[in-house]
This record gives sequence, structure tokens and C-alpha cells, in this order.
Amino acid sequence: MTLIFEQLLNGLLYGVMLFLMAAGLTLIFGIMGVINLAHGSLYMVGALAGAWVANATGNFWLGLPAAMAASLLVGLIIEMTVIQRLYDRPHLDQVLATFSLILILNELAVLLIGRQPIFLQLPEALTDPIELLPGLPYPPFRLLIILAGLLVALGLYVLINRTRIGMLVRAGSTHRDMVRALGVNIKGLYTAVFGLGALLAGLAGFMMAPIGAVQIGMGEQILLTTFVVVVIGGVGSVKGAFVAGIALGVIDTSLRAFLPGFLRQIMDGPDADALGLGIASMGIYLLMALVLLIRPKGLFPMKG
Amino acid sequence: MPRKLLPLLLIVALACLPFVADWLDQRALQSLVARIMIYAIAAASLNLILGFGGMVSFGHAAFFGLGNYAVGILYFHFADSTSLFGFIPGTDNFLITFPAAILVAGLFALLIGLLALRTEGVQFIMITLAFAQMIFAFFVSLNGYGGDDGLIIRKANTLFGMSLRNKTTIYYVILAVAVGYFFWLHRVKGSSFGNILAGIRQNEKRMVALGINPFRYKLFAFVLAGMGAGAAGALMAVFLRFASPDTLAWTKSGEFMIMVILGGVGSFVGPIWGAATFLVLHDYLASWTEHWQLFMGLLLLFVVLRTKGGIAGAIESFRARFK
Repeated sequence: MTLIFEQLLNGLLYGVMLFLMAAGLTLIFGIMGVINLAHGSLYMVGALAGAWVANATGNFWLGLPAAMAASLLVGLIIEMTVIQRLYDRPHLDQVLATFSLILILNELAVLLIGRQPIFLQLPEALTDPIELLPGLPYPPFRLLIILAGLLVALGLYVLINRTRIGMLVRAGSTHRDMVRALGVNIKGLYTAVFGLGALLAGLAGFMMAPIGAVQIGMGEQILLTTFVVVVIGGVGSVKGAFVAGIALGVIDTSLRAFLPGFLRQIMDGPDADALGLGIASMGIYLLMALVLLIRPKGLFPMKG
Repeated sequence: MPRKLLPLLLIVALACLPFVADWLDQRALQSLVARIMIYAIAAASLNLILGFGGMVSFGHAAFFGLGNYAVGILYFHFADSTSLFGFIPGTDNFLITFPAAILVAGLFALLIGLLALRTEGVQFIMITLAFAQMIFAFFVSLNGYGGDDGLIIRKANTLFGMSLRNKTTIYYVILAVAVGYFFWLHRVKGSSFGNILAGIRQNEKRMVALGINPFRYKLFAFVLAGMGAGAAGALMAVFLRFASPDTLAWTKSGEFMIMVILGGVGSFVGPIWGAATFLVLHDYLASWTEHWQLFMGLLLLFVVLRTKGGIAGAIESFRARFK
């Protein structure tokens, strides 16, 4: 029972992280109509910069602003040099241009930092497990991530639904030309939204840095899953990204945790583990195919 | 007239290449050209749906990899003297493995196409990617067939009693398949099917108004494209004597798209130029620096943002200027 509860928490953590990535990606797609494959690279930039600064200074918390600043900076640079030229281009051009950005950013990262994975030690206060329920210890850092992710979700909700900028963002995603005609600086709005997405990707990257290994290519793995979240949730919908992110996080984590065990009852240990993990990683794609067949525009399609 | 002579000249040049390479003591050249021909088939098959049909599929590696694994798995059971699913005996006969690879890729393309073609736009891009990732994850998890490491095809296939382990024999097999494939593709492009496909790309509503059901034509094109990629994957397996999960990876789908766009989307000869440029650049840059991806990325970015119609488009406008 406690094992199931622990895996649920892990799933929630993964889901929250997926949401941070998907929120930016879905806004960028919904508002600017750009498929940004380089979003995973911004995640990598955040993780690398954060881990590097935290290790160099010896202060874990200095890594957080470093990660977000680096992602924001790289995000703004690629928005102004490449993404701006892709607004009215066909999807194929967007896919290829941002695919080349992945190649470029990965190699630049290799040149700057090297191919060795970076490991990031957590401060001791965050590693000693605390007992959530009797018999269920859980690392406080993971709880902190879940909490931070939920806070960001709340913040985004307020930003998009309760502020003037949010109003422009919503209007820009459904009635782009009308917003432009009303004299809004749509170019600035686009850059701001892209920057926000980059910031969230950097935050997600830094939060996952102590949990997984920080290395070149880490962005691509998360990118594909993020796209699944965005498409299932409905392209352009932050609400959809939240629902789909949490759901996929929990489903993916539980499949990975429990499927090999089930298979082991009918197969040999190592084969069962490999096949279980394989089917588990197929799970989210299968889910996406199913959702798209029933609702071709995702769970929460945008109007307009 | 010279335009009609050009393909013939190219075929003759390719047929002479093994002798020339041998004479120049440049054995690597022959293997490079063989790989270019294989990738040209794969890229051209993607171009059939992407360029002619306007369907941006981001999962084309699935069919390439399925063809690759079909040859690998049949050989695995042949070498092991076991049978697949308990009733299909393994074989190393190219006359069986090659059509089998095309058939398997075509069947999966039919299945995936039936589902994926219900969506369009970004959802189509993502659902094709999703299906390819599913197949990738499945093969990586099959420990019996090498899992992560792939399958080594130790003795290669045989054709009419000849071992295809011989690099020159397999070179001519690849050349024959490539010539046949591009000849066939030329016929397809000029056929009424090719015209309807182009019509659907340009204006789907108008084709519906003409009484044509676009779904059936798109699906047919999708299956044909899958079979082409399967053929290329099978050739790759025999040529490298290796079936690898890399052939299924999403970056491979990206490479095929790069070749198509480098050559020029929708251009008949574009994929040949694209595959040649990509592989020559890749080999050249990789031998020069380990950071070849940086230069490849910059070049690709330039082509996407700055040129119209890739290499074939550039040649076309060059030709128009000096007419």
C-alpha cells in the first residue's frame, strides 16, 4: 500500500515537471503557431547551467536563478534569431529549423561543458526523508518540487485568466489579427511568451537535475513526452497541459514501477524487466493515439 | 534531349564506380555511394507523401527500421535453426527476406496510416512520431533480438547462391534496386494517382468536390511510402550486416526529413541530391571535427530559412537564369 502511495507521489512529481515543460510549449504553439522542438534544449540548458553554478559555488540555491537566467537568455536569443522567422512558415520548416537548433545547442553544450554527466548534490536538509504517513518516508526535495510545480500552475492560472497580459495572450491565441489591429505590440508579446516558456523549461531542468543525470541529450527524452502531453491536452491549452501532464506522469510512473513485476510472474526476470519497461514506454504513445482517435484535437481544444 | 540522357549517364557512372574506386584505391567511396543510394530510396519514399502528398510524417524511420529488423530477425532464426512465432522458418535468401521486409513495412504503414490519417496538421506530425516511438520502444525491449544492441547478421544474405557479404555484389544489388525504384517512382508521379495526390495537396476541398475521396489516396500513398522505406531498411541490414534500433530512432526520421528538404521538397531528384549532400557532409565533417553536428545544424538552419526548394530548387533557378 505504501509502495503504491509512494509511486503515486513520484508520478505526481513527474507530472508536475511535465506540466512545466508542456505549459511553455503549448503557449508557444497556441499563440505563435510554432512547433518548437528546441524546447527540450532549453530544459537541458537550465539543468546544465544550474548544476554547474551550484557545483562551482558550492551553494545549491544559487543554481536556481542561474538555471532560469540561462534558459531565459538562450530562449530570447533563439526567439529573436530563428523563431521569429518561422511564424508564418509551414510546419515542415518549423520542425527542421528547430531540429537544427537541437543539433547546434547540443554541440555548443559539449564544447562548453564536455560530454561527462554532471552530478548535483542536494543540501543535507533536503535529503533526509521525512515521514509523511507512518511507514512512508519521502525525500523532502521531491515534495518541494511538487509544491513548486503546483504553485507555478496556480501562478500561470492567475496570470492567464486574471491579468491584462493574460488577456492579450488569450486573445492572441484565438484572434491574432484582431489583436494586432487593435495596436498591441504582438512581436513583443510573442517574445515575452517565448521567454516565459524558456524560463519554465529552465526551472524544470534544474528541479530534475539532482534526481537524474545532467547530460547532453537529456532534453530530447523529455521533449517527446512533453509533446505527447501537449497534444493530448489540446494544443494551446494550459489547462489541458496540466490535466494531461499530471495524468501522464502518474500513468507512466506506475507502468514503469509495476509492469515488470506483473510480467515476472509469467516470464524470466531479466526478459520480463526489459519487456515491461518497453511496454511501459509505449504506454504514453498508445494513450496519445487513443485520445487523438476519439478527439482529434485533444482533450481541451482551443476555440477559434 | 540532354535531360533524358542525364539519368542514363548517372546509372552508367554508378555502374562503373566500383572499378574506378578500385583503380583509385578508394574503397571507402564505394561504400559511401552505396549508403547514399539506400538513403536516397528512403528519402524519396518520404518525399512521396511529404512532397507530392503534403503529409508531414515524422515517423518514417518506423518503416525503415521494420524493414531492417525483418531481415535481421529472419536471419537470426535461420542461424539459430528456430522459427518465428513457432511456424515461420528463418531464411538468409535475399529473394525472400527483401519482399518480406517490404510486406511487413507495408502492413504496418497500412495500420498506422488508417489511424494517423484521421488527424492533420501538428496532430498528424505527432501521431506518426508516436507510432514510430512505440515501435522503437518495442524493439529496444526485445532482449531475445538483441534489445539495445541490435542484431548482428554474421554471414549476410545470399542471392542466387552468391553471398551478399561481397561488397561489390551488394553494391550492384543496391544499384539495381535503386534504379528500379526511381523508375517506378517516376511512373507513379506521372500516373493519374500521382496527379490526384498532387491535387489533394494543393486543394483538398476541390478534390472532394470532384468526387474523390482523399483518405483512400492518402492512405495508398502512405502505404507505398512505407514499403519504399522498408525496402531501403532491408538493403541497409544486408549492407551493414546489422539490424539496429538506431534505424527506428526519431532522429532517423529527422534525418530523412533533412535529406528531403536539403534536396528540395516535392522535387523528383531532390532526395538523391539530399541524401548525397547529407552523407558526404556528415562523413566529411565527422572526419574533420567531432563537433560536426554544430556545422550540420548551422547549414541546415541556413537552408531552411534562406533557400527556396533546396538543392534541386537552386539548380532549377540556375538553369532558368542561363536559358
